[in-house]
Amino acid sequence: MKVLVPVKRVIDYNVKAKVKSDGSGVDLANVKMSMNPFDEIAVEEAIRLKEAGKAEEVVAVSIGVKQAQETLRTALAMGADRAILVVAADDVHTDIEPLAVAKILKAIVDEEQPKLVIAGKQAIDNDMNATGQMLAALLGWGQATFASELDIDGDAATVTREVDGGLQTIKVGLPAIVTADLRLNEPRYASLPNIMKAKKKPLDEKTAADYGVDVAPRLEVVKTAEPPVRSAGIKVESVDELVSKLKEKGVV
Amino acid sequence: MLDTTEYDEDLIMFRDTIRRMVEKDVAPIAAKIDQEDDMPHSLVPIFGDLGLIQIMVPEEYGGPGGTLTMACIAKEEVSRASFAVSHLVGATSIAMALPLTHYGTDAQRQKYLPEIAEGRTLTCIGLTEPQTGSDVSGIKTTAKRDGDDYVINGQKVFITKADQAKYILLFARTSEGKGHDGISSFIVPMDSPGVKIGGSPKKMGLRGIKNCDLFFENVRVPAENLVGEEGQGFKNAMGVLNLNRPTVGAASVGIAQGALDAAMAYAKEREQFGQPIGNFQLVQAMLADMAIQIEAARALLYKVAAFIDRDPTHPQVPMYSSMIKTFASDMAMKVTTDAVQVFGGAGYLQDHPVERYMRDAKVCQIYEGTNQIQRLIIARAMLKG
Ligand SMILES: Cc1cc2nc3c(=O)[nH]c(=O)nc-3n(C[C@H](O)[C@H](O)[C@H](O)COP(=O)(O)OP(=O)(O)OC[C@H]3O[C@@H](n4cnc5c(N)ncnc54)[C@H](O)[C@@H]3O)c2cc1C
Repeated sequence: MKVLVPVKRVIDYNVKAKVKSDGSGVDLANVKMSMNPFDEIAVEEAIRLKEAGKAEEVVAVSIGVKQAQETLRTALAMGADRAILVVAADDVHTDIEPLAVAKILKAIVDEEQPKLVIAGKQAIDNDMNATGQMLAALLGWGQATFASELDIDGDAATVTREVDGGLQTIKVGLPAIVTADLRLNEPRYASLPNIMKAKKKPLDEKTAADYGVDVAPRLEVVKTAEPPVRSAGIKVESVDELVSKLKEKGVV
Repeated sequence: MLDTTEYDEDLIMFRDTIRRMVEKDVAPIAAKIDQEDDMPHSLVPIFGDLGLIQIMVPEEYGGPGGTLTMACIAKEEVSRASFAVSHLVGATSIAMALPLTHYGTDAQRQKYLPEIAEGRTLTCIGLTEPQTGSDVSGIKTTAKRDGDDYVINGQKVFITKADQAKYILLFARTSEGKGHDGISSFIVPMDSPGVKIGGSPKKMGLRGIKNCDLFFENVRVPAENLVGEEGQGFKNAMGVLNLNRPTVGAASVGIAQGALDAAMAYAKEREQFGQPIGNFQLVQAMLADMAIQIEAARALLYKVAAFIDRDPTHPQVPMYSSMIKTFASDMAMKVTTDAVQVFGGAGYLQDHPVERYMRDAKVCQIYEGTNQIQRLIIARAMLKG
């Protein structure tokens, strides 16, 4: 079985995002970028399937700017076998919308014929939570989103999903799309030997035009705003003062 | 931070991976390791899986085939949180990977390096004795040939990680008189009959790592455990230490950076006279000087590391290797002292990490050859022209 894992290059989760002065989005110039953390979980899960003898090949795909090559090298260093980079933008500020990404992924799935696509449940930059679902619709495949557990048995996947207030376990026939939630696994560190090996693994470079997909935006960002600043707290001298303050505020 | 490694994608990935691991697995326990003078063994598999313990083992023996530059990146990143834990980086370099690669026999490489490459085995190196520190020619431990074996007797002190090591690269005298020339090196399994591990004195810093007294009483090793030719031990040891000494500079840069990070955060947060202390120009000058010195040391460090990676047999390797060790460790001592100053009284308390950085920095001026001895090496190389 072949597993396809789409990975996105996003602003590093440790970086404090700053809004551009014109409000058109987050400033990404000279900012540290990394693999979307949910995608890292997806890559880890695919590699574990390979290590468990349930998958033969893990192919990582990234769609975006040329620099997404670094993100793919990380996936290769973690253990993916090969990678496909689809260059679809020149400017690091251009975000390819989920529908265009899903269309390109569909074309790649048609070519590669994986039995399973594991994607992150959402990217931490725009929090769209849409690509996996759109890809399932375009392919006409089953989907299991927000996976916290995945087990492959023959022609079906058993997936435990994190839903509001609890867990739901479903069985989905393959081929299928699974989207990874936070608790699916804890991704490994890329080891030095694997970083060295990753250099020698194949990385194909394509363009959106190769797949005949129009990546022109359908949405327009009207405004981006920083979250409101939290006002400073106060220090109290004693437990009595704390209780009376809380009473004043009507909290107790 | 100016990034000397910024043009190499692999090195960035390597550094980022270590930084993440340190944040998760090392930083949270760094203070505890120091206070309890105990490092959890659970760090060994983490560092081994990343390829850090065995970083210098060549690829052909199953190792990561890392460079000195990579070893320095790893040492710097780990030392930024914990100097003690940084001793797991390249923990087999000077006792196994480097001596066997450069001076060992093919049979020795085949026998030991694949095991070392797995990243679970720790090793140690034994030069220093109670009467023998800077002057290695004074080694009194003896190795006497007896048939197909050598029989070793003597005592070593200060031996880093001896409590956890499976093998020691042991330096002993194989012929009387002749100073340096009579010294040879041997691989001795630590579980050999006659090897006794003594106490480990309480230290000012580098707490969490044990430095043990070792006793050798009629310890028998086969002649095939001799590394390099008989009588070449001193020369080979210096050759290996020269190739690894910049990592002491890397640890120094990491310690200093960790201290500066802490001082910066404190300068923004601590208020006196109604404003953050970072607003005062005298505090700003300290912070600026710390940053200047760290950047200068880091620039020299990666320049020397790249030079040694390119041309490890160049005659100027010993001089540059000594320069970066000396410059960076003197720098770290000064920067960590200033970091304590930025914290004021709080810096003198164990509640904050800066006093630990200051205690840890000190030994970088002492071990792997004192900075006085390094200066002698540098000046002699210069004068020889
Ligand atoms: C934490 C720690 C870990 C160590 N780990 C190891 C280890 O794993 N294996 C090992 O073999 N050793 C180890 N050592 C020993 C270390 O290498 C020695 O302490 C060091 O080489 C200095 O030797 P010494 O302590 O005998 O000092 P001495 O040689 O007695 O020096 C005392 C002072 O005299 C100065 N001095 C000596 N000779 C000269 C000279 N010719 N010119 C000018 N000044 C001079 C020195 O610079 C120093 O200031 C370790 C030491 C420490 C503290």
